[in-house]
Amino acid sequence: MRCYAQAILDSEIPIDNHVVVSGIGCSGRVAGYMNIDSYHTTHGRAIPFATGLKLANPDLMVTVFSGDGDLVAIGGNHLIHTARRNVDIKVICINNFNFGMTGGQAGPTTPKGARATTAPYGNPELPFNLMYLLAASGANFVSRWTVLHARQVKQDILNSFSKPGFTFIEVLAPCPVGFGKSNNIEDGLKEMKVYQERCSLVSNGDVRDKDLVIDLRKEKPIYVGKFVDDDRPPYQPTRIL
Amino acid sequence: MNGDEACAEGAVAAGCSFFAGYPITPSTEVSEHLALRLPEVDGVYIQMEDELASMAAVLGASASGARAMTATSGPGLSLMLENLGLGIFLELPCVLVDVQRGSPSTGLPTMPGQSDIMQVRWGSHGDYEIVAYAPWSPQEMFDLTILSFNVADRYRLPVLLMADEVVGHMVERVVIPQPDQIEHWGRKRPGTPPSDLFEPFRPDDNDLVPPMVHAGEGYHVHFTGLTHDERGYPQMSAETHHQLVTRLIEKVRLNAKDITRAESYHMTDARIVVVSYGCTARSAHHAVREARQMGIPVGLLRLISIWPFPDHLFEKLRESADSFIVAEMNLGQISREVERCTRHSVKGVYHAGGAMIPPKPILTAIREAA
Repeated sequence: MRCYAQAILDSEIPIDNHVVVSGIGCSGRVAGYMNIDSYHTTHGRAIPFATGLKLANPDLMVTVFSGDGDLVAIGGNHLIHTARRNVDIKVICINNFNFGMTGGQAGPTTPKGARATTAPYGNPELPFNLMYLLAASGANFVSRWTVLHARQVKQDILNSFSKPGFTFIEVLAPCPVGFGKSNNIEDGLKEMKVYQERCSLVSNGDVRDKDLVIDLRKEKPIYVGKFVDDDRPPYQPTRIL
Repeated sequence: MNGDEACAEGAVAAGCSFFAGYPITPSTEVSEHLALRLPEVDGVYIQMEDELASMAAVLGASASGARAMTATSGPGLSLMLENLGLGIFLELPCVLVDVQRGSPSTGLPTMPGQSDIMQVRWGSHGDYEIVAYAPWSPQEMFDLTILSFNVADRYRLPVLLMADEVVGHMVERVVIPQPDQIEHWGRKRPGTPPSDLFEPFRPDDNDLVPPMVHAGEGYHVHFTGLTHDERGYPQMSAETHHQLVTRLIEKVRLNAKDITRAESYHMTDARIVVVSYGCTARSAHHAVREARQMGIPVGLLRLISIWPFPDHLFEKLRESADSFIVAEMNLGQISREVERCTRHSVKGVYHAGGAMIPPKPILTAIREAA
């Protein structure tokens, strides 16, 4: 949130034109903490709400700030379709690999085998590789960082403001109580150390690499950086004038 | 033109500048016609991935200041109910057109129904009041679409236009007035310049409606679906919750006489009252006329607004009328409201949907009551 606030101040876009929309969940509360126009909507529907805001007033810089459960599980259909349309909104997705606010249930980013309150024997499902999903859906800009990469996150939010079209920044974040505790990453600092030791800057941006699927419990690199930087024209409503 | 097209023209005449929808029979012509018309008037037409998204986008556009609308039918309305609740709670004005078909489930997509009455009234979770109109002709599809926008803006709430397949697809002549003849009630706006201290949910005492602030105006407002205080920020207390939910309901009840609409035919000396709405009221009108020719003292009370229910009209009839007949294309949804208000038992002329109720069974019910 600090990165977002800093990016707003550095953006040269008037503060009054910045609007934040979020859904439901821990990071969904961001809308209530920012001193700008802010909308805390229904679970999963932040992106279509933001679409309405932006299309009805194109002068607004509309950012959606929400979690992986909100954006990818219940809001998954809106996520892919809005990326496909390339609507000019900026999405920041805080990924903590579980439904944190409701107490640590499994979701579409929970690694296979990881434990959750609704997966006491280990998660039987495969998770999404969000970089691949967003690239395939047509987002103009797709990157991944962790909360340890404060400067890069701020810079990418700033970059996304000047990139017309749909942008998506995934930020990995610890959830020591909901996810960490049952998966041997019981404190936040330990997870930050995992980020520090294993994060590796992606070189070729190939989103099909199966190593992009994140599983913090395994000794393998976590690829971060920019995966898509495209210039497809953003969505424009039809005009006959 | 047909009723769906008349509705779309009504939206354009009302200054609607945003439509988000998902195709569904028998409302599709509303979307198709607006896809043609909105680009001509600098408006936005967008087809969304589903009705959940359509309703969310409509609320977002409303928050940006647009007159925004969607159109659907029963199955789509079921999906919109989630964000209809958000719209009521955030007090975001907008119009939802529900062209009803035979339901429940997929039912009879191409045939008429009037069975969303209670879905509209109670479908979203929690306590609330809703505003809904039921046109009986293409002309009313035009007129009531404009009224729906006006009431939505004036009272800061979503308004339903509950048409049915017959009225939606019926072709009749529609008179479109000159633009300066179209009534326009705007949103109430703040009287003070932008400030962080502005309270976007502080209502005025006379109508319980707070002035509306749009995104980008510099007030730095917060809107949340959580229970909120007058500043708009979450306030997790039972007292605030009770106050807020009560105000949202009282806002509609206090202004009900300004919101509700009904029309009377042959009612002055009526001992028998037929109640109907939408396409069914056309048959009821025919039956009442025939019964009058037979000398039966019967009148028709046509509901133009369905919700809030016009209790006051029926309370007045409690003593003056002997019997009540309700004709509706469902198995008795408005009947119970009429029984509640009149304290008379009601004779229902019902059909589950799929075909218009003809005048004959209504006339039979009138003759039995006479």
